[in-house]
Amino acid sequence: MNLLNLFRRSREGSAGAAKERLQILLAHERVDSEAPEYLPMLQKELIAVIEKYLDVDDEKVEVRLERGRELSTLEVNIELPGAEKLQGRARGRPTAGTLLQA
Amino acid sequence: MARIIVVTSGKGGVGKTTSTAAIGAGLAMSGKKTVVIDFDVGLRNLDMILGCERRVVFDFINVIHGEAKLHQALVKDKRLENLAVLPTSQTRDKDALTRDGVEKVLDQLRDEYDYIVCDSPAGIERGAHMAMYYADDAVVVSNPEVSSVRDSDRILGLLSSKTRRAERGEEPVKAQLLLARYDPARVEKGEMLKVDDVLEILAIPLLGVIPESQSVLKASNLGMPVVLDESSNAGKAYLDAVKRLMGEQIEHRVLAPERRSFFQRLLGRTA
Ligand SMILES: Nc1ncnc2c1ncn2[C@@H]1O[C@H](COP(=O)(O)OP(=O)(O)OP(=O)(O)O)[C@@H](O)[C@H]1O
Ligand SMILES: [Mg+2]
Repeated sequence: MNLLNLFRRSREGSAGAAKERLQILLAHERVDSEAPEYLPMLQKELIAVIEKYLDVDDEKVEVRLERGRELSTLEVNIELPGAEKLQGRARGRPTAGTLLQA
Repeated sequence: MARIIVVTSGKGGVGKTTSTAAIGAGLAMSGKKTVVIDFDVGLRNLDMILGCERRVVFDFINVIHGEAKLHQALVKDKRLENLAVLPTSQTRDKDALTRDGVEKVLDQLRDEYDYIVCDSPAGIERGAHMAMYYADDAVVVSNPEVSSVRDSDRILGLLSSKTRRAERGEEPVKAQLLLARYDPARVEKGEMLKVDDVLEILAIPLLGVIPESQSVLKASNLGMPVVLDESSNAGKAYLDAVKRLMGEQIEHRVLAPERRSFFQRLLGRTA
């Protein structure tokens, strides 16, 4: 182990972590604050489109976001009715898997 | 049925957000399902102190406006499975909170959680009022310093008149003092108010004394509630306070502040 690194790390301490967290967060916030909050709209429109084809329960929609330095990920999980619930419903509707990932 | 606790102070910068995070995490560590809510609209900070800022999607105001479901806005803590955070909006102003909106959200959370801890903004305006209105308990955070103690007294007045419990003539909000940033060495030298002095003036029960401690800054740098730092005196003091909040009888002890060791100073290490 490099002794110099040991010293450098101890000097940086937790402040290094603080700086990195702030840089990532603020880079995102500065962009976000110029545009209107898009996530509620995005979710609404996304669900509207999917509802044209499938039954969607509002309570079964999960949106997860992770802001990163290199990339961010947006994950939308929509739980759809399973085979049992679909039985007896109008034919011709798609019987997609129980989970749709967008 | 959850108990609603407001963490409030009047004066700014005394340690409300630090205390909300520590108390919320402490309750979760004791196995209580806990949600912490940031009421400081426009100045979102609780998410940073808890280290989940990068995962915030929706906020309290989105839920109140029906733009997102409550369960979508709650951010689950990655370390403590019993802890969730409801972040506030960074972009809107404090008028976005309405009493009805807040009540609806609290009613939904009440069934699912054991404790709801509300981080109040500073001041005695709308935001602070919203944070305390539905409270069952209040943690009044004060520093051993004249203006902070004076503001705490103002807040105690509001708690006994401007809350739902007060308006309905129910059992009053149970207010307890959390004396934060306490430095026994300076108290010893007569530079700072003593615990007993503050208690005598405010005449409320003591929930705990949190020492001035470097580990608080380190914890906020890392985005980790200070109660998870086992070597921290402030963390230990918060855990004692949490036990008292849950009704346990724990003797008060004033833990010493942490001083930098000679070796740490030699290395110029701060945290
Ligand atoms: N026990 C302590 N020892 C050392 N520093 C502390 C302690 N408690 C809080 N602090 C520091 O005091 C500052 C203010 O803390 P915090 O943000 O929790 O206060 P607040 O009351 O929420 O402020 P605001 O009124 O702006 O919301 C922070 O820098 C925090 O790290
Ligand atoms: Mg605060």
